[in-house]
Amino acid sequence: MRLEPIKNPTLVRKLVPPAIALISTVVIASFLAMVAGANPFSVIGLILKGSFGSQFAILETLNRATPLIFTGLAVAVAFRAKFWNIGAEAQLYAGALMTVLLGTGVFPWPSFAILPLIIVASILAGAVVLLVPALLKIRFGVDEVVTTLLFNFIFLLFISMLLEGVLKDPMGMGWPKSARIIPEAKLPRIVDGLRLHWGFGLAVFSAICIWIIQNRRTLGYEMRAVGLNRDAAAFAGIPVNVVIVKTALLSGGLAALAGFSEVAGLKGSLTLDLSPGFGYTGIIVAMLALLNPLGVIVAALFVAGIFVGADSMSRAADVPTYLADIMLATALLLMVLAIMLTRFRVVRD
Amino acid sequence: MSKDAVEALSLNAITKRFGELTANDAVSLAVNVGEVVALLGENGAGKTTLMNILFGQYTADSGTVRVFGDTLPSGNSRAALDAGVGMVHQHFTLADNLTVQENITLGVHSLLKPSLGRAAAKTRIAALSKKFHLAVSPDARVGTLSVGERQRVEILKALYRDVRILILDEPTAVLTPQETDDLFATLRLAIAEGLSIIFISHKLHEVMAIADRVVVLRHGKMAGGVNTKDTDKNALAEMMMGTEATPPEVSPAKPDAPLLAFRNVTTADVGSVPGLKSVSLALKGGQIVGLAGVSGNGQAAMADVVGGLLNPNEGQVILGSETVQKWTPRIAVQSGIARIPEDRHKTGTIADFDLVENAILERYKSPAFSNGGWLNWRKSRAFADGIIDKYDVRCPGSETPIRLLSGGNMQKLILGRVLEADPQIILANQPVRGLDIGAVNYVHSQLLAARARGAAVLLISEDLDEVMALSDVIHVIADGRLSPEFRRGEMTPAQLGLWMAGQGFETDIAYAS
Repeated sequence: MRLEPIKNPTLVRKLVPPAIALISTVVIASFLAMVAGANPFSVIGLILKGSFGSQFAILETLNRATPLIFTGLAVAVAFRAKFWNIGAEAQLYAGALMTVLLGTGVFPWPSFAILPLIIVASILAGAVVLLVPALLKIRFGVDEVVTTLLFNFIFLLFISMLLEGVLKDPMGMGWPKSARIIPEAKLPRIVDGLRLHWGFGLAVFSAICIWIIQNRRTLGYEMRAVGLNRDAAAFAGIPVNVVIVKTALLSGGLAALAGFSEVAGLKGSLTLDLSPGFGYTGIIVAMLALLNPLGVIVAALFVAGIFVGADSMSRAADVPTYLADIMLATALLLMVLAIMLTRFRVVRD
Repeated sequence: MSKDAVEALSLNAITKRFGELTANDAVSLAVNVGEVVALLGENGAGKTTLMNILFGQYTADSGTVRVFGDTLPSGNSRAALDAGVGMVHQHFTLADNLTVQENITLGVHSLLKPSLGRAAAKTRIAALSKKFHLAVSPDARVGTLSVGERQRVEILKALYRDVRILILDEPTAVLTPQETDDLFATLRLAIAEGLSIIFISHKLHEVMAIADRVVVLRHGKMAGGVNTKDTDKNALAEMMMGTEATPPEVSPAKPDAPLLAFRNVTTADVGSVPGLKSVSLALKGGQIVGLAGVSGNGQAAMADVVGGLLNPNEGQVILGSETVQKWTPRIAVQSGIARIPEDRHKTGTIADFDLVENAILERYKSPAFSNGGWLNWRKSRAFADGIIDKYDVRCPGSETPIRLLSGGNMQKLILGRVLEADPQIILANQPVRGLDIGAVNYVHSQLLAARARGAAVLLISEDLDEVMALSDVIHVIADGRLSPEFRRGEMTPAQLGLWMAGQGFETDIAYAS
């Protein structure tokens, strides 16, 4: 058995495998819900209701999608240049840390300057965190998969140390949590009274910017060239190492914005459970989007919808919340397989 | 030769389609015991597909393969090997870190056998290498061997496995004329032993010299099968091409001052591949300088220095009248150096980029194609369309990924890309490798046209015929050292062959430094 690429996939070929994947996911989730003692036929309805069924549900899904768009973009940008950034989690926390450091009102600034300053500083923090693996790679040939992955643990422990020490909120009743940021440092709501914050707008804006960079700017051209054929890029005179560093800075900055928007838009303070693995899920989002920046928005909404919907379903049907995790994992595995089947056909020899 | 005409191998009416492309269309090929059959064809004619079917890498859509009368099961990669068919690939499949003997016996012994039988193996290898005049030391590490020696190891490897049918894919591409003669002597001994040989080649004179019969493929179809004694080179070329091939004419050179010069340039060795050793060279306008040599003797370093990828450790690169200080590919391109790279797939193009993106690869930063970091796709597309038109690049359109193009069309795009800027200096590194005769003539005529308008051309090639046909001045490179310059027609191929083998150099000077 082997895979053969399909030159011009038909519409049916593009739509049927993902549809089958979705249906299979629901069937598997329904079966598991039945095992857990719930009515299997209510599962799909509850998921849809929980993710897109009401204004509250939709806003919840959009809020959940926001950090995933940022980390998905971070991974998509890096992977496009074949720079394997597995460390979006660490860069996310770097952005969150910077947001808390500057946003807790220790320094006196005019209030209108606070948010832009925090955004720029967060981007820089994430960029610097990823700069280290990038420099190690181009200077000593150290594999960035290893360094960026390990950096996640180092950075999380570093945050833990800060939250148990200098950053610990004196009013926090002993919890390892930072002080709250001042109101001027908070991202405003898009519509008054609704829970959706401008982080989502910033995420969509970032996706459009990245699309423009990749398709219209020389930097994007260089990044794609380096990703597709490093030897040919070097031969043509593209400064490969410089492009890798620029890619790393951009990727790290994007991931840091996820941390910024979670703190400034939603949580208001830094805790160790700020990210339930947004950095890692960003890899899945980017892969689902086939590294297309605009596709990242769609993929992030899909993943967030399952997150939120399955979570709500498990509460409504009174089944363990693990079912949500299982369902997400199933959906992602099947969807990756389905996307592959839209572009390849299986040939039996 | 084969008076009894016992059939050793026959491929009968093999047809293989890949989508809409028919790679082999009812191709038949038969080899008798003790016979050499040449398989001749342009690139993309279907030779490789046919061999892949024989070795079970592909399954034929129809047709059968028979070895000594038995039909081979299709799609089984062991079947042909077990039946006694061996192949020496153009790119060797040897482990550099093992010895000759280890390479030869690799995979022959059962894992369950307690002993490797080294002594017996050694005796056998010694006997084989004596019998077939394949001089190579069994204890030498393959990484230290020359290309010619490695090829001998590959042949020994096949003989050690008792092959009855030996397939050689472009075996002379990497050899000096002398080594080619040695190879042919070995092949004649093998035929005398009753082996059968399939000889895949582009080179007509070699086919005429060694083969009994020639089977010509063109566009996947059999263009004909003839006995070599009933044909000549022109007839074969016509069969391959479909039309009579005319080599380009060379007018006398009118050289100007040097546009690019090397003064005692030395570069570092890379592994076992030598760098340049105090090389001085002048490229003059209106002149083609040919660099002959067996591959892996410093040509890569030479090309990299001219192309801006490598800075000399010692010595100077002089551009016009100025010594180059900072030297990068981009500066080289901006200085008017056109670079036709050795490997158009690996370094010349980006397979998944379309023709537009590939066309601007070297100059996307120039004001012609971008402004303030914004790419101008409209101008870029117009540039690519212009190349496609002017250089006759056959493609479905400029937005096609370049990987879908044939080698010849890819090379035409590269030619267009570098020649459109009217370069004064042209580096042509293996510019026609793997191209069909039509494309070869086209590339050569473009180089000659550039020479006629006063450009300096450095032609690096492993094909001595090509170097001798085009060059006004020839240097031979061997182990990173450059021979004195020879005028056109000053040396015979055999004399150049001696230089290519490393004779004639002042070895003391080269190694003392």
